[in-house]
Amino acid sequence: MIKTENLHKSFHLEGKKEPLHVLRGVSEHVAKGEVVSIIGPSGGGKSTFLRCLNMLEIPEEGKIFFEGVEITNAKVDINLHRQKMGMVFQHFNVFPHLSVKGNITLAPVLLKKKTQQEADDMAMDLLSRVGLADKANEHPSRLSGGQKQRLAIVRALAMEPDVMLFDEPTSALDPEMVGEVLDVIKGLVKTGMTSVIVTHEMGFAREVSDRVLFMDDGIIAESGKPEDLFQHPQNARTKEFLSKVLY
Amino acid sequence: MVEYFENIVKILSRYWYTFLVTGVGYTLLLSLITVAAGSVIGVFLCLGRMAKFKPLNWIVIAIVEVVRGTPMLLQLYIGYFLVPKLLPFSVPDIVSVGVALVINSACYVSEIFRSGIQAVDRGQTEAARSLGLSGSETMMRIVLPQAIKNILPALGNEFVTIIKETSLASTFFVGELMTSYLIVKGNTYLTMECLLIVGVLYFVLNFVLSKLLGVFERRLKTSD
Repeated sequence: MIKTENLHKSFHLEGKKEPLHVLRGVSEHVAKGEVVSIIGPSGGGKSTFLRCLNMLEIPEEGKIFFEGVEITNAKVDINLHRQKMGMVFQHFNVFPHLSVKGNITLAPVLLKKKTQQEADDMAMDLLSRVGLADKANEHPSRLSGGQKQRLAIVRALAMEPDVMLFDEPTSALDPEMVGEVLDVIKGLVKTGMTSVIVTHEMGFAREVSDRVLFMDDGIIAESGKPEDLFQHPQNARTKEFLSKVLY
Repeated sequence: MVEYFENIVKILSRYWYTFLVTGVGYTLLLSLITVAAGSVIGVFLCLGRMAKFKPLNWIVIAIVEVVRGTPMLLQLYIGYFLVPKLLPFSVPDIVSVGVALVINSACYVSEIFRSGIQAVDRGQTEAARSLGLSGSETMMRIVLPQAIKNILPALGNEFVTIIKETSLASTFFVGELMTSYLIVKGNTYLTMECLLIVGVLYFVLNFVLSKLLGVFERRLKTSD
């Protein structure tokens, strides 16, 4: 479903001569229906890799194929392909000037995927699935962090995407709200949604993933089934990382 | 003291039309046109400033810096002498001076808009783009609505500033409130009394305006 070939990306930081080489040749393939978690130390390129998948970051080198189309090609209308790739951000990024329902219906109606009536019905259905139906007409400023993130998830689902990208969906949450968001993601994954999840929740990654990628220093250092990677890591850096985060 | 008040009453009974209708009228007209046209042109300057095409950025930066770095009065002089030369037909002085006021205001408004747009979190743009919205759809539906709410207080201040700055246009006798002062003082030789009348009128105009803007802002906030 998503295939990357030799992705390279560097950032030019202000005040520094040397660009920061964040991705150093990442080739990966996510199959339809697969749930892939990406773990690894901060600064290892996990989020940058994920953000490249829907071209929020544009790689300098390498190719990305989504459903057989090379989306790194400048001639491709990336907006059309993004409609099929839902994304959930660390800081929720819900739209504060729209109601909860308005957050969900804006894109499907604006991009002519649905009429306002259809979108409203779907929004109510989605909101009741994540326990937010009673908040439909509130503004997001009235929601807790966990509720905002659940809203952000259903906002992405309203476009009926083929794949969901999660960029540290629980890292900005208060500890007591992590569970409610992870439950929503677990429920979604059970429906067979292809998902790529960048996370620091090791237990969660182990439970939901078909495959876990360990990224460090701009490359995928190790990849494998969760039980193999967590119990019998092969790579020295994977071992070191896991020894620090699993206790 | 009593003498002052008697003089003010006398002046007002004789020249009320000059102050209240001509003066206040022209001041409001000039300010309204300046703010309206300045805001529209300001938005375009702002878009030019933020466009991907670099030379356009540089042109806008140059214009804004020159306008902000030179005195308003000088700009009015330039407008007063330059605009009639550029046009094939003759225009009233108030138009020449008005053009300078509009350009000045547009530059300040463009910076206000830019700061408002940049204050909207980048995550908002990313979220909108990730849903498949185009760059312009994102600007119109997500960024600008939030930006405008942010900048309303600053735009209101700009309006108040403009009302005060139109007084500089009296240098060219265009008929606004400060011109009324010059005319009536010239006829009566009662300088202090005339200044007091004009001062009170400017204050009332701006005080009422800023209160109205405050009500408007609170309404927008409650809709949040």
